[in-house]
Amino acid sequence: MDILLQPFQFEFFRNGTLAAVLVGGLCGMIGVYIVLRGMSYIGHGLSHAVFGGAVVSFVLGWNFYVGAGLWGFLAAVLINQTVRRTRINADAAIGVITTASFALGVALISRYRRFTRSFDAALFGSVLGVTPEDVLVVAVVAAMVALVVFFRYKQLLFMTFDTQVAQVYGINTAWLDTLFALALAAGLIASMQILGVTLIAAALVIPAITARLLTDRFDRMLLMSIGMGMLTGFFGMYLSYYLDIASGASIVLLQASVFAVVLGITSFQKRATQRLMHTHV
Amino acid sequence: MRPIIEMDHVTFGYGTTSVLQDVSLHLHFGQFAALVGPSGAGKTTFLKMVTGLLTPTHGTVAINGHKFGDPLPPRIGYVPQIETVDWNFPVTAGQVVLMGVTNTSGLFPWVSRADRQRADELLDQLGIGGLANRHIRDLSGGQQQRVFLARALISNPDLLVLDEPTAGVDMRTAESVLHTLAHLNQDGLSILMTTHDLNAAAAHIPWVICLNRRVIAQGTPEDVYTEDILNETYQGDFMVIHQNDMLFVQQRPHHHTLRDILPNPTPGETVP
Repeated sequence: MDILLQPFQFEFFRNGTLAAVLVGGLCGMIGVYIVLRGMSYIGHGLSHAVFGGAVVSFVLGWNFYVGAGLWGFLAAVLINQTVRRTRINADAAIGVITTASFALGVALISRYRRFTRSFDAALFGSVLGVTPEDVLVVAVVAAMVALVVFFRYKQLLFMTFDTQVAQVYGINTAWLDTLFALALAAGLIASMQILGVTLIAAALVIPAITARLLTDRFDRMLLMSIGMGMLTGFFGMYLSYYLDIASGASIVLLQASVFAVVLGITSFQKRATQRLMHTHV
Repeated sequence: MRPIIEMDHVTFGYGTTSVLQDVSLHLHFGQFAALVGPSGAGKTTFLKMVTGLLTPTHGTVAINGHKFGDPLPPRIGYVPQIETVDWNFPVTAGQVVLMGVTNTSGLFPWVSRADRQRADELLDQLGIGGLANRHIRDLSGGQQQRVFLARALISNPDLLVLDEPTAGVDMRTAESVLHTLAHLNQDGLSILMTTHDLNAAAAHIPWVICLNRRVIAQGTPEDVYTEDILNETYQGDFMVIHQNDMLFVQQRPHHHTLRDILPNPTPGETVP
């Protein structure tokens, strides 16, 4: 028992674990919509765009959250508008806009080499730098995204299922898209410190696709994905502490392991059911 | 009779390509109409105008006297082509039906007892009661079509619009869907649907609109199914057969010879 409680004597671990649990749940929640809309790549792309925004805000002396948040939001809106108004597909729009933004960040880093080191954490995630203020930011963002999902649950479900038909039924999909882009950008920025730019995409996608393997109901998928995100956030932090590896990597590796196990079990069940049906026929 | 659809001098194009040219059409309350025409005739664009997804470049569209953008928008039940549905999406039949009342069912994620009851009643009425908890992928083509019909009906629409409801289903299911629509129309619902199946439209739908960028003709199948009108609509060679009080439309077979198909022979070469 003492071994399990030992890491909690350190403030950085308490802050980091709380933040990881909140980030896990937040990414699990947003990830369901991303996966079902076939935009899994947006997490990867936007996190890179946000990185560019973070560097720009540093150079200009802006507050990190304001600068990176605004940048991420604009990138998400730009992607949505490009897809809506042109013949460019979502994957291509994400590729162009977010990679250009990331390239800008890299260019600025190579120009102002003095702060290269501090961005290692942003790229790969670190709990060491998580302050109570960071935890507060994550908590506020998670609460706000949860409120959006709670009060716009039916509209988001309909829009995710079929955007065009949802419009016919009076749902303002343009406004919902913008709201979702805002929630996504805020979620990514809040998660950057813990998971790192390069690993956020996995944290968005893995809990959602694991939950999808386990259920055919949207409401259950959403709850399972949030639950898995929170649990893997918690236990991933333990792994990070005991194995002395980066927090983002341990959380994502744990999620990937759970996914592999669930995939194995569900595939086996499916084959067994098919064999049984075949035998009866 | 009051019109349910008032479309006056509507023109629409994508870029420089004109899709609809000066289309005027009034469909009256309680009418059941089929929109027919070849691929690329503008049927889908027409439906998008009627459902408010597209705004005409010129002209006006009003549904039950309401224009899109009015404070009181038109109440339309829309059934998309089932081929466009993502069948792996994690929703049950009941959840799909309840999407139809998304904007009127309150702020909270849960469903009111009244809405659930109405959804169950509709599924019963359409002959698929008891399937509310099934995943949409696990239903037959006809059952799937009915689920989307129930979603369109749950909000008590003024107008039901269906995009190719008989496409992608077998003949028996198509017949059954058209029978269901005829019953709904008998109960007073105005219906507009697109179809490629001219013979099914002749058998089940009392009003046909022939469209090819403009309205070529409209009327009862007996009025509209003439060789001249169909040839002009489809730019083809049609024959119309009347048999036992029924109408059948058939495209005349092309009698190609090798000379029609092969390129002109070069001098010295013979064509068998």
